[in-house]
Amino acid sequence: MSLPVVLFALLATVTAVSALGVVLSRNVVRMAVWLLFTLIGVSLLYLLLGAEFVGAAQLIVYVGGTLVLLVFGVMLTAQGPLRELRTPAAQLVVGGILGAILVSLLIVVSYHIVLPNPPEQDKLPGVASLGLAFLGVTETNPPAALTGLPEGTRVARTPVAYLLPFEIVSVHLLVVLIGAAYLARAKRRVQS
Amino acid sequence: MTELGLQPFLALSAFLFACGVVCIASKRNAIGVLMGVELVLNAANVNLVAFARYNPAFQLEGQVFTLLVIVLAAAEAAVALAIILNFYNNHATVDVDQADELKG
Amino acid sequence: MPEFWSVYLPEPWNLVAAGVVAAAALFGYIGISTFFAIWAERKVSARIQDRLGPTRVGPFGLLQSLADGIKLISKEDVAPAGADRFLFKLAPYLAFCAAFCGFLALPFGKGLVALELNIAAFFMLAVLSSEVFGVVLAGYASANKWSLFGGVREAAQVVSYEVPRAMCVVIPVCVAGTLNLNLIGQQQTGWFWNWNLFHDPFTFVAFFIFFICATASCKRAPFDLAEAESELVAGFHTEYSGIRWSYFFLAEYGSMFAVSGLASLLFLGGWHTGLLPFEPSEVWGFWWGNLLNAAVFIGKCWLLVGVMMWMRWSLPRLRIDQVMMTCLQYFLPISCGLLVGVCLWLLLVPAGAAEVVRYALALGTAGFLLTLIVSLFRYPPMSAPRGQLPGAWDGVRTPLTIQIK
Repeated sequence: MSLPVVLFALLATVTAVSALGVVLSRNVVRMAVWLLFTLIGVSLLYLLLGAEFVGAAQLIVYVGGTLVLLVFGVMLTAQGPLRELRTPAAQLVVGGILGAILVSLLIVVSYHIVLPNPPEQDKLPGVASLGLAFLGVTETNPPAALTGLPEGTRVARTPVAYLLPFEIVSVHLLVVLIGAAYLARAKRRVQS
Repeated sequence: MTELGLQPFLALSAFLFACGVVCIASKRNAIGVLMGVELVLNAANVNLVAFARYNPAFQLEGQVFTLLVIVLAAAEAAVALAIILNFYNNHATVDVDQADELKG
Repeated sequence: MPEFWSVYLPEPWNLVAAGVVAAAALFGYIGISTFFAIWAERKVSARIQDRLGPTRVGPFGLLQSLADGIKLISKEDVAPAGADRFLFKLAPYLAFCAAFCGFLALPFGKGLVALELNIAAFFMLAVLSSEVFGVVLAGYASANKWSLFGGVREAAQVVSYEVPRAMCVVIPVCVAGTLNLNLIGQQQTGWFWNWNLFHDPFTFVAFFIFFICATASCKRAPFDLAEAESELVAGFHTEYSGIRWSYFFLAEYGSMFAVSGLASLLFLGGWHTGLLPFEPSEVWGFWWGNLLNAAVFIGKCWLLVGVMMWMRWSLPRLRIDQVMMTCLQYFLPISCGLLVGVCLWLLLVPAGAAEVVRYALALGTAGFLLTLIVSLFRYPPMSAPRGQLPGAWDGVRTPLTIQIK
């Protein structure tokens, strides 16, 4: 029962209970709050696994961006009867059976995975290595002062650069920004 | 962390994925469906980062893919919300059961 | 920190002990800072408005915050009838936790940090951005139309201002080459011309843009339409009373101190006095040196918080459309331009010219500040002989002067 195991048990419980809360709540605002706790739990999981930059990016992009967007959408549309929409019981049963089959299948498959020996140290390559990968630099071994790893650790990696996906994602974000702003522009509301 | 192994993380990711799929399948509120999609994407991300930690060949790639997925999920949530707001403005409801105009 | 405890405790417990001590110290810091900041706000606002402020409770009214705290704790815990009770109770804790966790990566001295992260600056920005949820949920859960307006307006403002704020944080990070706040602080050792503020003109302007964007994202005046006292009663925390309202206040002052700490660390040299050519904790020992470091750092935080208070009581409030326009049409392009400028400066300007500009900026600013302070003492305070009015009113015939004669 070392500290990482206890921390993982705690975080996994919080994340799983919050995800269950998202599924089981009927009020859409409560669902958003449970989703907030799930996303924070996932971010803490990333920090536990040693991926610090990804954990902070999850907080800033998902929690501080996407979830705020969702909450705005909820505030704008959750008026009156739309706040609690009840699903018929039959659909809930079908959904539940589907979920149970899916989770058992995935867990069974995951226990058959054979991996090479995992590295002993807990720290993954840091911001500098990620930055160099996104800039398309493949052949260098950054010094320990940049990577944040202990001195002399070789970062085992496939020599692939990620400049093209980075640029595509940047242009994609620009296109999505313009598209979403156009789609959601203020128009006349239908008189219901 | 090494004694914890990979499987608990994959099990948690599977549970999150299943929760997301049940959300997508059973919620009537369109924003609820969108929350299910976010859960699915987060489950995939947990999977990627867990493999990054436990497989020495993926230490960098796992994180790179996770960052790309986070960014793309944010973009997709923005567009989905714009569509939902458009639907709300046209039909005064976000109930997906009422989005049946294209029904054959 | 954990190494200190590992002498006394076995393996996982030294981490737990270090964590508990750090959390308690940070909680105490936020609490005491808020205690004095509330008093300081009332005194500063009073003096700016030509009145006295709290004077009765304790010397100079210093125990006023204590009296307020006792009053707030003893109030009845009401919630509106139609409110969502769970969310109503949760929202203040969310806001406070976000403000508190922002301090985890902030170093008060060399090595005097709760958690030394390689991505400390990014982590602080990320955690402080979660505070918006406390506000939005408070606005929604109050079952009050005006609170909802205040909460949603405030969320839009905070989230919008985070973008130029993050860009202005990237600028000194580009100069420093690392996101680690400990290293950024250590790079500014020595005389004050080593501070990142004076490194190049773009960083100089970036400090002021960062400070304004940080004020806006802390929802302080002149950007405080979330709690616009004359319009929305109290915005998103209208329905909160007693101890729950004071959690929001703790969160607000906590985040003010957090962004002031970040600004002073990134731009103003952090824990360095700027007048000692060495690092105190290396010359005078870890604890004594860091005592000086922490005192200097807290002093700089208080200076910036004092400027925020000064701005609040001097400038009129902005409208929501003015707020959004300022962010999206002015600060965002300006901060993008500054970022490009800093990158070009680091790449193209030769070292000699950069040094000259750095000394010019540093000594120029120091000279300007000294002249300003000296000029405050040069002229005697306004006074006039009996029957006349001082200053600009000298010689003007007014009912007052006519009657005295």
